[in-house]
Amino acid sequence: MQPFKPVLLEAVGVPDGHTITSYKSRGGYAPLEATLAGRQPADVIEMVKASGLRGRGGAGFPTGLKWTFLPKDHPGPIYLCINADESEPGTFNNRILMEDDPHQVIEGIILSSFATRASTAYLYLRYEYPKSWHRLQAAIDEAYAAGYLGKNIRGTGFALDIYLHRGAAAYICGEETGLIESLEGKRAWPRIKPPFPAIEGLFRKPTVVNNIETMACVAQIARRGVDWFKSIGVPADPNNPRDPGSYGPKLYCLSGHVEKPGCYEAPLGITARELIEHHGGGVWKGRRAKAVIPGGISMGLMTESELDTPLDFAGPGKVGCLGLGTAAVVVIDDQTSIVDFLHNSARFFAHESCGQCTPCREGTSWSLRILERIKAGQGRLKDLDILLELGQTMGMMPGSTICGLADGAAWPMKNAIKKFRGEFEDTIKRTNPTGWMVTDPVPALQIVGAH
Amino acid sequence: MPVVIVDGQEIEIGADERLNCIEAARRAGKEIPHYCWHPGLSVVASCRMCLIETGQRDAATGKITMVPKLVPGCQTPVKDGTVIVTESETVKASRARVEEALLIDHPIDCPICDKAGECLLQDYHFQHGQPERRADLHPFSSRKRDVGPTVTLFVDRCIMCTRCVRFTREVAGTAELMVTSRGAKEEIDVFPGHPLDNKLAGNVVDLCPVGALGDKDFLYQQRVWFLKREANVCGGCAAGCSIHTEHNQDTVYRLKPRENPHVNTWWMCDEGRYGWHHLHDPARVLEAGRRADHARGSKAAFEPVEWAEVVTRLRSDLKQAGRLAVAVSPFLTVEEAWMLCGIARSIDPEAFLAPGFVPVAGDDETFPGGFTIRGEKCPNRRGVEGVLAQFNAGGRSWGDLLAHVAAGQADAAWITGGYPTPWLDDVTAGMFAALKAVVVQDLFDSPLTAHATWRLPAAGFAERAGTWVNVAHRAQCFEAAIRAPAGVWPEGRLYWNMLGRRGLYDPTAVRRQIAESSAAFAALAGDVPAVGIDLRIQQLAST
Repeated sequence: MQPFKPVLLEAVGVPDGHTITSYKSRGGYAPLEATLAGRQPADVIEMVKASGLRGRGGAGFPTGLKWTFLPKDHPGPIYLCINADESEPGTFNNRILMEDDPHQVIEGIILSSFATRASTAYLYLRYEYPKSWHRLQAAIDEAYAAGYLGKNIRGTGFALDIYLHRGAAAYICGEETGLIESLEGKRAWPRIKPPFPAIEGLFRKPTVVNNIETMACVAQIARRGVDWFKSIGVPADPNNPRDPGSYGPKLYCLSGHVEKPGCYEAPLGITARELIEHHGGGVWKGRRAKAVIPGGISMGLMTESELDTPLDFAGPGKVGCLGLGTAAVVVIDDQTSIVDFLHNSARFFAHESCGQCTPCREGTSWSLRILERIKAGQGRLKDLDILLELGQTMGMMPGSTICGLADGAAWPMKNAIKKFRGEFEDTIKRTNPTGWMVTDPVPALQIVGAH
Repeated sequence: MPVVIVDGQEIEIGADERLNCIEAARRAGKEIPHYCWHPGLSVVASCRMCLIETGQRDAATGKITMVPKLVPGCQTPVKDGTVIVTESETVKASRARVEEALLIDHPIDCPICDKAGECLLQDYHFQHGQPERRADLHPFSSRKRDVGPTVTLFVDRCIMCTRCVRFTREVAGTAELMVTSRGAKEEIDVFPGHPLDNKLAGNVVDLCPVGALGDKDFLYQQRVWFLKREANVCGGCAAGCSIHTEHNQDTVYRLKPRENPHVNTWWMCDEGRYGWHHLHDPARVLEAGRRADHARGSKAAFEPVEWAEVVTRLRSDLKQAGRLAVAVSPFLTVEEAWMLCGIARSIDPEAFLAPGFVPVAGDDETFPGGFTIRGEKCPNRRGVEGVLAQFNAGGRSWGDLLAHVAAGQADAAWITGGYPTPWLDDVTAGMFAALKAVVVQDLFDSPLTAHATWRLPAAGFAERAGTWVNVAHRAQCFEAAIRAPAGVWPEGRLYWNMLGRRGLYDPTAVRRQIAESSAAFAALAGDVPAVGIDLRIQQLAST
């Protein structure tokens, strides 16, 4: 494998790398000044489109294309929302960027606002990141002082204010319309789409929601050029006209049972095995991996034999996972019970389901309670069918929910039971030797007495 | 005209109609089950009960392309060529799963739940649910808490459709209700210190598709399957909201709003909703009585008079007294008012006719959702005024009648009432002390009773049949929901008999007669639809 010099993470380890002085010494803000001085918003959109940049937040939607969905000649205001509600289990790449190189993010925000003609940007930060909060606020203050934010930036007439908003610790606020509702001061119940935020978003105005890492990528594309960006990663499949390719560097969050967990930058398309072996120093304690989560637990599970799957936007889908997600790779070693994993996953989603749509609200809670019962030695083989049915019917893809949270809850369930059914059956038979085979309907409910 | 295909059946919709799939399917006679959707509230598409399959028929080729996943019917608008499939196996399986999911945490305490019998969760379970319960979870017990002075929340029965929350935000504009917590633990609640006490609060109980919100006034009073419902009109104010009076064995148990796009849409106010208790007040006047002129003021009791005798003797008493003044109460129906005026003029051709007292309490109050509570607290001022105009007594008021009496131009007065609350002070009542005969026909005794020679009972709103004309000149016809208490002849029956007409009182016959003789009421000649008729529009059309 060719050595890859980190770009997005180039400030990591640099003393005072988070300050504006350090950032400018690395060439930062120069592309912004050049852009503001001589280019049109359409040029920036064209640049991002040409780079093939796909959103780093999870769904991998082409960023430039998203921007073009904004209505033309809209009188404004248009808003840019930066999603830093990084709550997908296993994910911490936004945190590294915000803590160690906040100006890279801010430059990306300014460029993106310029491109989308937004004069207000909201940065929605998850509550649990106090260091990011301090670093970002300090960086925003520095940018104001240096004249990169505020009215009439660098004398070009372009104005931008960035508001740093701390969320209140809810996973659902990372869903783009949930984030918008939360910013509006409401309960973060994702909205019905359409209308999509680009048409009617924050305060019912056209809105773009982008991830922190996407912003950093925009800054780097402006600095290093489209060709540099396109030279990295996996080109589009010529046989699939709908594949936009997976270009550019990506931050992979490696955690779980590896020797050296951490956030590593690599070209898109690195395989999970390469990532674990070369960057993570292998599975810890000399063990073998049983399963690997490709990009946050919502994305499902890859088995050991699927580890050679490239971690680009198309790769994990080929082995039955939901997608690349946030590229948070979590390694599960062969000493870990997959039942425990699924229970933990179900507990997370039951806790974080916003409760709006019936299938997700009740499905996540029911699956958790089934798994609790299995863990308590009262499981039945029939339960696996129920879990699988829940996994297959819950979510935006079958059409039973408004947002994708339920898909995220469903995928680990589906993957775990399909790929590790033997282990589930063994566990149930071992822990419930007298009742595992029961298939009778559950006895009638006890009628509740007068209250 | 756009054509929508519902389960293979083509139906036409209006060119500029904006319907969703639920409404379009209803036109084809297909009911798509739904909890969270309500035509009067915003769409949230969260219950997922109305998931259906949809597609689009290509106008040119006729080829149908289906959407590859289920979509909520409430959120999906229809247009020309929209294909709706409400009965496929996928749809049925999806409904069964939603029903199953909703019942996982539901206490299933139907035997003690007031909603049982009119509960969507029950109905849909039998129509769309699974026969066997797969969730081996013991549901919670029925926790309950007060959310306001009139509403109790049974927390665990709630299915989180949020209709009530949206109602308080969008229609009442008071936003007392909210959702707390997350996921399966979420609950409806009020903000601390802000109970659900707005003037439309009772509607959240109607909106609740399950037994979560209970009306304290109705709770545990009657099983809903014993109730019979009669389409009625609320007599609480001049708005004349369309209602259903729900009753059993001549006892009213509750009032519910009846959908009427021209009047109250889907709502009614709490004042009207709980404004039926006076019907069963033991203090009501329950028999006809008479006393001699000289006995007035001495608290002498009224001697009971048989109704058959009232019919003849009342007329002779008034004739004997001389010049007659009649107050036609705005609680009387158009038919009753018309017959009363006819009787008055047959006793004294010069009889002074005027509207009765019109109670007013404050100004009209309009809520953000457009619903208005009228300050005028009587149901039929427009109708009575219209009748009086036919008898050349238009443009008068209660004050004119008082002035007429004060000027000594009357020897006898017939004051009709039907007022559910006290309406007259002693001083005003004293103006009638000098008259030779005073007939007081009211629900309750008032200061006027002291000066009465005749004391006649009146009927309450649910006991009357006839027509009321509301503030917007909309005439609504209704039947009596319950019989008046034993011993009480509703006004209509008395007047019918006093006019010497045969058989039972027939308001429809009277209404036809009025319509024939009066341009103002000409619109009432035929059958009147349940939503009523706007008298002005009909007049414009006829002129």
